[in-house]
Amino acid sequence: MAEAILEVRDLVKHFPVRVGVLFKRTVGHVKAVDGVSFELRRGETLGIVGESGCGKSTLAQVLMRLEPPTSGTASFEGKDMFALRGAELRRLRRNVQIVLQDPYTSLNPRMTVGDIIGEPFEIHPEVAPKGSREGEVRELLNVVGLNPEHINRYPHQFSGGQRQRIGIARALALRPKVIICDEPVSALDVSIQAQVMNLLGELQRDLGLSYVFIAHDLSVVRHLSDRVAVMYLGKVVEIGTEEEIYGQPSHPYTQALLSAVPVPDPLLRGRREVIRLAGDVPSPVDPPSGCRFRTRCWKAQDVCAEEEPELITRVAGHPSACHFAEAHVVVGAERENS
Amino acid sequence: MSTVYDGERGEFVAGEEQATAPLLEVEDLRVEFRTNDGVAKVLNGVSYHVNAGETLAVLGESGSGKSVTAQTVMGILDTPPAVVLGGHVRFHGEDLLAARPTRRMEVRGAGIAMIFQDALSALNPVFTVGFQIAEQLRVRRGLTKAEARKGAIDLLDLVRIPHAGQRFRSYPHEFSGGMRQRAMIAMSLALDPELLIADEPTTALDVTVQAQIMDLLRDIQRERDMGLILITHDLGVVAEVADRIAVMYAGRIVEQADVYSLFRTPAHPYTEALLQSLPRLDLKGQELKAIKGLPPSLAHIPSGCPFHPRCPRVAARCSQEVPAYRRVADGRFSACHFAEELIPRG
Amino acid sequence: MSDPQALDTFSGADAADLATTETGERQRKPRSLWGDAWIQLRRKPMFYISGVIIVVVALMAAVPDLFTSRPADFNNLDFASQPPSASAWFGYSFQGYDIWARAVHGARATLLVGIFATLITVLIGSLMGIIAGFYGRFVDAFLSRFGDIFAGLPFVLGAIVILTTFNPPGSEPSGTAILVQVILSISVLSWPVSMRIMRSATIVAKQLDYVKAARALGASTRRIIFRHMLPNTVAPVLVYATIALGAFIAVEATLAYLGIGVRPPVVSWGVMINDGKDYVQNSPHELLFPAGLVTITVLAFVMLGDAVRDALDPKSR
Repeated sequence: MAEAILEVRDLVKHFPVRVGVLFKRTVGHVKAVDGVSFELRRGETLGIVGESGCGKSTLAQVLMRLEPPTSGTASFEGKDMFALRGAELRRLRRNVQIVLQDPYTSLNPRMTVGDIIGEPFEIHPEVAPKGSREGEVRELLNVVGLNPEHINRYPHQFSGGQRQRIGIARALALRPKVIICDEPVSALDVSIQAQVMNLLGELQRDLGLSYVFIAHDLSVVRHLSDRVAVMYLGKVVEIGTEEEIYGQPSHPYTQALLSAVPVPDPLLRGRREVIRLAGDVPSPVDPPSGCRFRTRCWKAQDVCAEEEPELITRVAGHPSACHFAEAHVVVGAERENS
Repeated sequence: MSTVYDGERGEFVAGEEQATAPLLEVEDLRVEFRTNDGVAKVLNGVSYHVNAGETLAVLGESGSGKSVTAQTVMGILDTPPAVVLGGHVRFHGEDLLAARPTRRMEVRGAGIAMIFQDALSALNPVFTVGFQIAEQLRVRRGLTKAEARKGAIDLLDLVRIPHAGQRFRSYPHEFSGGMRQRAMIAMSLALDPELLIADEPTTALDVTVQAQIMDLLRDIQRERDMGLILITHDLGVVAEVADRIAVMYAGRIVEQADVYSLFRTPAHPYTEALLQSLPRLDLKGQELKAIKGLPPSLAHIPSGCPFHPRCPRVAARCSQEVPAYRRVADGRFSACHFAEELIPRG
Repeated sequence: MSDPQALDTFSGADAADLATTETGERQRKPRSLWGDAWIQLRRKPMFYISGVIIVVVALMAAVPDLFTSRPADFNNLDFASQPPSASAWFGYSFQGYDIWARAVHGARATLLVGIFATLITVLIGSLMGIIAGFYGRFVDAFLSRFGDIFAGLPFVLGAIVILTTFNPPGSEPSGTAILVQVILSISVLSWPVSMRIMRSATIVAKQLDYVKAARALGASTRRIIFRHMLPNTVAPVLVYATIALGAFIAVEATLAYLGIGVRPPVVSWGVMINDGKDYVQNSPHELLFPAGLVTITVLAFVMLGDAVRDALDPKSR
């Protein structure tokens, strides 16, 4: 097992809800991320899945130090990320980069592709001396599968998938060790999604990158991840290897989530077990007491409202935050039955 | 003697031979967008039909023309920039493209209704959800205020919105994404349409909510024996709910088949490639065969078969001859020169 | 997917195709937004037309003697209200002034007021708007409310108060002093408009992903504001500036009419319009010529602003 390159402990991010015109009053907090711990090992992909509002994108922002954490720690190669200042923070920026979801808003429309991919070198001039930058940019375009001759084009002259490649090239420019991918393929068409996923896979193999891969699409996460964390309302409810999470999910939410994904095979129609959850995700401003999933859970009992289940290994060899954790095969079960 | 296009047999047959005309029949629809930047050939001869009680999935990527077809059927296409060059949209045999605007208005809502991907922008933010549904009933059905109110509450109840009586007075922004989609479905059902067109109804929703909405649509369709056109890019959703599938590429239908045949033996390389490029939840370690290249620009559609620059089975004639959209087996249609070789005989 | 998106895909890919054929050899050298904008500007006839007009008017303002040999106060009551002729191209006013000579000399005051009031308004407003939008929270609340104080004052009333405070009735301020005062009072009363425009554009730009990406790369605040925000927020302010320029020339005329703005011996087009407007029926040329000059000048600036805005938008190419 490779050593951890990124270690997150009890990370909390609350956004205050303010009202008022000149003097604002705080009336509550959006508990976007509420005590998240995990580690990312060198060279692996950690998938983070969850539905909208589960805090996965906020997690990315805090890890990129775009938002200050409310509490908790994260260390990159043993150094406390949130304590870094000045030159050390700049070094962190070189080591940890991000690929954003929307290829249409993540590139400045008034900069050429050369300027966009070259900007990291302007901010960190020590990475590439001035004369070599254009060559570096052309090389990066080549690496992500774009024509280096297109260096003077503007983002709007590219399709969504090509723009996402430009965003990946920008993230690669500083030769980072970790890339946080925040829904990198969810805005793309099906035929383009596979291209970008394959590109991310190749880059990982060639450059030894570690990914935190955030997505809501469970199929995409399974395809790319070595380990997977499932988030619900700001908390990790289950974490384990890809086989453990998809093969032996033990948290009811994970099971429901997996069963709800439509499988592109009409022969399985009506034969798959589908767990239908009632209602919507509660508001992160006022999450349920105890276990946050209890309001939608079919296993819920009194203890679930009183006591918050810890994320510990109870069954199936991996941690799950449920008092009644129980491995239950959801995906591919119909095959064995038939 | 009138002729009717028989979808099952893929040929024009005399009117009397056809027992019942399909609910909706789109034939050879051609639409262009004319802008300052040039002309985009958005639809290049689209034909499909839906019967009562049937679900037709129209599958395609952005720019394939699947939404434009639906908007043409509904008569809500913005003209300009769009120009309908030709074709027919027959609802119960009546050509809507030739109908008077007042007649089209009558059909809209009462005959064919539509729901959209983005429910938040499809509902008017300054009126309550209940009012918007009740207004339909008052204006189009001539109900009194009290009757319309009751009708609206019944509809909200039908789409399984809890506490419909209280929710009647809520504004769209007070609803969650899934509830909004339900409210929009309720509104589309207000006038008892015979055909519902759902344009990416679950794309903006989370998987657990998506499953709820698809269940709801399916149940309502069964109860009312309604025709459903489901426009989507999601092969998983298609596999779960569709009876038949029409695959669109660059403004054409490239393949049409029942859902089982299409997934088992695609009769067009584009469908085949799409299926192979999809990561599957239930398979690990599969290699994704990405489709090379990009979808074509609708201003410069490649010569011959529009898919030929990306096609793994491309041959010399593909860049020269436009393949005919034809029947290749029972109930199966394809626009590939080699479709017959792709599907096993018999 | 809806049709605008389909259109977008189409035009995007289309533009890419065109770019290959058209700029084959220029692809070699790396380019920048400003360089591209300049190339783009030089292709536009609008830019040349507006440029020539502005240069001519600016020359009038700088060296009026190039255009006329008569002084501004050339006055002969014998010619009062005479229509245009070879000796006086624009005719004579009711008081016997040569309108052409007076208009040439009036260009200076008019342009100074229009351009400087616009510049100051837009610069102060944009700066405040960027600061308010970028830092948000208390800074935003304070600046916005501070701007509201000025925006709440009725424009003419505010200008009267300011100008009469500096020049109590009976005082004889110099021409330069009164020009500066007019410019400043216009700026003080109108900067909140451009602040609001810039503030909302900045708030929108701040939340966009490319700003996040730049911050993730470790970009400084200066780089984020000047590379990422300004080029994307300048367009609406530019549009406002060209409209404001015309409005300010009109305001200058109003103030002159009220007797608290530019006054003789300094001439401006606004003063001339005021002088001429009472004689429209008998000698319309007195009003039409200075008013036409204002219209043409404002139009030239509007066209210039439009051309610059288009040139700065890669999508419009």
